[in-house]
Amino acid sequence: MMQDSLANSWIIQRRVIGALLMREILTRYGRHNIGFLWLFAEPMLFTLGVTTLWSLSGAHHLSAIPIVAFAITGYSSVLLWRSMPSRCISAIEPNLPLLHHRNVRLIDVFLSRILLEAVGTTISFVVLVLFFWGLEWLKPPEDAVKVALGWVMLSWFGASLAIFLGALSASSELVEKFWHPAAYILFPLSGAAFLVDGLPTAAQEYALFLPMVHGVELLREGYFGSAIRAHYDIGYMALWNAGLTVAGLLRLRVVSREVRPE
Amino acid sequence: MIALQGVRKAYATSSGPSQILENVDLKVDRGDSIGILGRNGAGKSTLLRIIGGVEQPDQGTVTQTMSISWPLAFAGGFQSALTGADNVRFICRIYGVDPDASMPYVEAFTELGKYLHEPVRTYSSGMRARLAFASSMVVEFDCYLIDEIVAVGDSRFQTKCHEELFEKRSDRAKIIVSHDAGYIREHCQRAAVLLKGVLWHFDSVDEAYDVYSASMK
Repeated sequence: MMQDSLANSWIIQRRVIGALLMREILTRYGRHNIGFLWLFAEPMLFTLGVTTLWSLSGAHHLSAIPIVAFAITGYSSVLLWRSMPSRCISAIEPNLPLLHHRNVRLIDVFLSRILLEAVGTTISFVVLVLFFWGLEWLKPPEDAVKVALGWVMLSWFGASLAIFLGALSASSELVEKFWHPAAYILFPLSGAAFLVDGLPTAAQEYALFLPMVHGVELLREGYFGSAIRAHYDIGYMALWNAGLTVAGLLRLRVVSREVRPE
Repeated sequence: MIALQGVRKAYATSSGPSQILENVDLKVDRGDSIGILGRNGAGKSTLLRIIGGVEQPDQGTVTQTMSISWPLAFAGGFQSALTGADNVRFICRIYGVDPDASMPYVEAFTELGKYLHEPVRTYSSGMRARLAFASSMVVEFDCYLIDEIVAVGDSRFQTKCHEELFEKRSDRAKIIVSHDAGYIREHCQRAAVLLKGVLWHFDSVDEAYDVYSASMK
């Protein structure tokens, strides 16, 4: 039996994900106007829009942090955990023809989409920070490692939620119907638009039920350091992430056996 | 070698499970060319998908010691919004073949001209068949799975397919499913008939043909 060794499967998987990434960029952005630059131009436009809106609406009275820095750290975090599930829900159907190739598996389809979102959102975040730093509208992060750690935790959360919901969406279209309102309602609750410390004590406990709040708090502590008092429990968030990852992968395994390429 | 042992497959339908394959055994050695005859809906394509690793059997095992192509059907496997060339490049990349080196062959074989750079959704079924066939010839396999594709298209396409598959690659194994007994008779050393989910093996194509014809009455 031709058992692929682990190293060999890794080579194949990298090749397949690479090919899927190229294909994904082509189908989404094509070769017109700025092409694949939309990958990060789109999240940047989103973040800039929200930053402008929050600046004009006087939201800066809510915290001691300058509003531009507050909006960029907050809204970039939202994009990170929201765009990955949005791209993975209903990702199976349009990719069914590709499953004719035995090396292409559903997990590869998901991973390539997740990777693309992660790269796009990260570039957007970094470029915006550098840009406004250049304008001296915000200061560089106090602890870049902590910012990166918060970013990684939020990416993991987004990725695990994406695999979980993506796999579930194969068996029920309700997932897609409910995701959009759920994502909309979760946005103001996700810690992007508030600091936990600024909430009434009674509300803090409830706000911290949501895993992404912990990631945003960690990220902001890294960015603003002593200027704010952050509340987070990374172990709690990691538990959520791990749970969603395992549940998602298990569900995906079942779906992979059932799915029929057209 | 490819060996199927006790392969069973059922699909869920709204009126309960529908058994497609019932205890199928099959052995294919290097260089064999085997025809599988069956009527429309007999489960021929399902069998090829299982051999090609596209679907998993409910029970039984598929063992392989040689590389197997994807099932060469005349429509599947393409992203219709992408151009023919982009689809070929994708296939090259997932199988680790240099896309640029393969393109001249694809251009020459498909004769698609400028349409190679148009979305596949604008192609006729004949154009799709040519593209599908060419893209699978770009990757070298030990065994090719052929699902009717060669039976479509005009005689020029059929002649070219014949050259590529049976002359240039006469040393490779082929598993060909078809409802066209004439085609199988012409190209295969032995044949089997898929009847109600059971695969019946015959030593000669003629015997298989007789059983198949009888089943059509």
